[in-house]
Amino acid sequence: MTTVLGLYNYWIVVVLMMIGLYIVIANGNLVKKIIGLNIFQTSVFIFYISLGKVDGGTAPILVEGVELYSNPLTHVLILTAIVVSLATTALGLAIVVRIKEAYGSIEEEEIQIKDNKEC
Amino acid sequence: MAFLVCVAIAIVRLKDLFAVAMLAGIYGLLSASLFVSMDAVDVAFTEASVGAGISTLLMLTTIAMTGRSEKTSGHKPLLALTVVCVTGALLIYATLDMPSYGDVNSAANLHVVQRYLNDSFMEIGVENIVTSVLASYRGFDTFGEVVVIFTAGIGVLALLSFSRREKDDSEIDSINESMHEEHLVVRIVSKILIPFILLFALYVQFHGDFGPGGGFQAGVIFAAAIILYAMLFGMSVARRVINQSFVQLFAAVGVLLYGGVGVVSMLSGGNFLDYNVLAADPVAGQHLGILLIELGVGIAVAMVVIIIFFNFASRIGFSSEGDKL
Repeated sequence: MTTVLGLYNYWIVVVLMMIGLYIVIANGNLVKKIIGLNIFQTSVFIFYISLGKVDGGTAPILVEGVELYSNPLTHVLILTAIVVSLATTALGLAIVVRIKEAYGSIEEEEIQIKDNKEC
Repeated sequence: MAFLVCVAIAIVRLKDLFAVAMLAGIYGLLSASLFVSMDAVDVAFTEASVGAGISTLLMLTTIAMTGRSEKTSGHKPLLALTVVCVTGALLIYATLDMPSYGDVNSAANLHVVQRYLNDSFMEIGVENIVTSVLASYRGFDTFGEVVVIFTAGIGVLALLSFSRREKDDSEIDSINESMHEEHLVVRIVSKILIPFILLFALYVQFHGDFGPGGGFQAGVIFAAAIILYAMLFGMSVARRVINQSFVQLFAAVGVLLYGGVGVVSMLSGGNFLDYNVLAADPVAGQHLGILLIELGVGIAVAMVVIIIFFNFASRIGFSSEGDKL
């Protein structure tokens, strides 16, 4: 029972990560692919934050009388990662918009068909 | 946590992209509250503003251009499903070796972290350890992060900014004006709110040393206020208030401010981004350095987010024009 509770967070992370991966692989729509990528990224964030959590600890802001803090290092890493995820999302969506203008579609298969015709 | 999985599965099932984007927003908010419960207040703040705010906004803008329904794909998802299941099973098998949740003695919580927790207040003099690690110990990472978001801004600019037509602008204007007369209440309420949002952004910016917050969150909130203004009063009005080239200039100024602090600390005899040498007293130097680079981050992020939004929004008129042709 303790192992199940102790590993519950990681299992959720794995499930979320796989849902994200599934969307990226199986969906033809480019916007949805980017949302899938976002879910994948968030699962990694949750993984890091779970690693940094300490039982009975508080947020890592120094207060008198508190001895135990959660791990600030993982928080910092994820803070940076969230910013990067915003950057990749914005850039990805910009490319999607350009593809829509060039091909008139954001479905992977239709784009493929058009590409084949041109060749 | 189970909520998160439910929302994620709903995202897989739904075909309507508008609903999917809204669900992605809910997903971001849920994960933000999860971060609060795991003591990561700074991260939660950022995730709430990015995941639930800006990303959702950008997705909605994209969907406005690309159409909201998704077509069912012909090929079978069985192969993808198998790959995903196998990978998932392997990963779950790997978690059996992980330290259990909340373990004080897990590998991640030893080593350098103890030093941050015990000595950072003596060395940096900042109560919020996340801020001191982010801005001082790992200043290089944060510099990289600012450069990445700046590069993304340049990328969006390069992809979306050219070939905009003057005619479209006036067309958008007329649409905007007819819309605005209907939303009088919304306009007046947010007109009152915008100064407070801007003030709150400044509070978050300069209070990052003591509580959750900092340059990045402040930048996003600041940009959100501007975006709200642009959405309610129309792009061209917003463009008149906030000049595009001014925004681009200040995005660069933000990054340069950060880099400049590093160079100045080098010129004063320290290492790159070593703030100890900025003032006579090392702790005061650290304070000054952190303040300056947080300001740099804030400016750069706010301006880049505004650039990204403006370019997306001014594209809407253009691509719907393209559809008609």
